[in-house]
Parts: sequence; structure tokens; C-alpha cells
Amino acid sequence: MKSDFRARNHPAYWAFVVHRVSGLLLTLFLPLHFWALGQALRGEVRLDGFLRWTEQPLVKFVETVLVLLLAAHLAGGVRLLMLEFLAWRGWQKSLLAAAAGVSIAAGLAFLLSLA
Amino acid sequence: MNARSQVLLWGAQRASGAVLALCVIVHLVTIIYAVRNGLSAGEILGRTRGNVLWAAFYALFVAAVAVHAPIGLRSMLSEMLDWRGRSLEVATLIFGALLALWGWRAVYAVFGV
Repeated sequence: MKSDFRARNHPAYWAFVVHRVSGLLLTLFLPLHFWALGQALRGEVRLDGFLRWTEQPLVKFVETVLVLLLAAHLAGGVRLLMLEFLAWRGWQKSLLAAAAGVSIAAGLAFLLSLA
Repeated sequence: MNARSQVLLWGAQRASGAVLALCVIVHLVTIIYAVRNGLSAGEILGRTRGNVLWAAFYALFVAAVAVHAPIGLRSMLSEMLDWRGRSLEVATLIFGALLALWGWRAVYAVFGV
């Protein structure tokens, strides 16, 4: 078990975990997101009621986490596409760092916009 | 599933991923811009209603998501729950179709006149 963990405990494995978990959570969020936008079919008042509900601190926190997950999945996906389609394999760790940086930057930009 | 179908799924996952990379960058910039002064239904719908270009963009976004997300979910279900065979393919197809329909309904709700 210990050697299993050591074999997995490297940046590329954690990038795989982040990509998989973010993909799963975003997929689960999609139906909720589409339902929320569909409130517009019932009129402006209904959509406004929903938007007021989203002003709670906990909802804003979840929204920020979702933006972070979306940015992380985007950056991880671009990294995968580059690894598979471009001959840049020596750059793997730099790509991981760039992917992490882009995700955190997007999350911070969203937080700053909310504030 | 035969090798040809697996190659097709792999290609669809990468092609939809490439489209989504562009869509998500635009979407992230849009939401960060849109939430600056808070959101209201009047403000959102005032900007979106009847905007054909943005409607087309988000319709494409939904189509790419409806291809990408079910294929990713299928891999996870197959690897983690050992779910294989025709039932998994049917479930993947139904989930993709539902996502597309829900997503396009949402696009119509926000951009339709």
C-alpha cells in the first residue's frame, strides 16, 4: 500500500485527480445550472428571486469554488491536449505549474469581481 | 465496445475538449465581467435577449458539453464502478441527449425574444 501511494504521489498523478474530480463535480453542477437559467422562462421576477438567493455568502463561496474548478479543468484539459498533440514532453512540469497558476488566477479574478 | 468505437469516443472527447477550451475562456471572462456590479434579471436579459451571436456561441458551447461530459462520466463509471456493456452506452447516450436538451432550453430562456 505504502509503495502504491509513493508511486502515485507525484504532480502528474495529482493533476489527474484534480482533472477527474473537477470534471465530475462540474458535470453534476450542469443540470442545476441549466435549471437556474431556465427560470428566465417564467419571467424576470422569478429569475430575480433566484439571483437574490445566490447573494448568500455560502452560495458565493460555492460559486467561487465552481469557477476555480472550471478554470482547473480547463487548464488541465489544455495541458492534456498539448501533451497528446504537441511534442513538448520535456515541459510537463512547467505545464502543470502553468495550469495551477491559470486556475488560481481565474478564481481570484472572480473573487475580486464579487467583492 | 470495439476498437473503432473507442477511437471514435477518444476523438470526440478531444475535439469537444478543444472547442470547450475556447468556450470556457470566453465564458470565464464573461462571468467575471458580468458579476462586477452584481447581477439582476433585468440587466442580464437586457443584454442577452435577441442577441443571435451570443445565442449561437452558447448553443455551440452546450453541444460541446453534451458530447464531452457524458464521455468523461462514462470513463469514470467504467473504471471506478466496473460498469460496462450496452447499458453503460445507452445511459451515456441518454445523459448526453438530456444535457443537450436542458442546455439548449437554458439558452432559449436567456437569449430567446
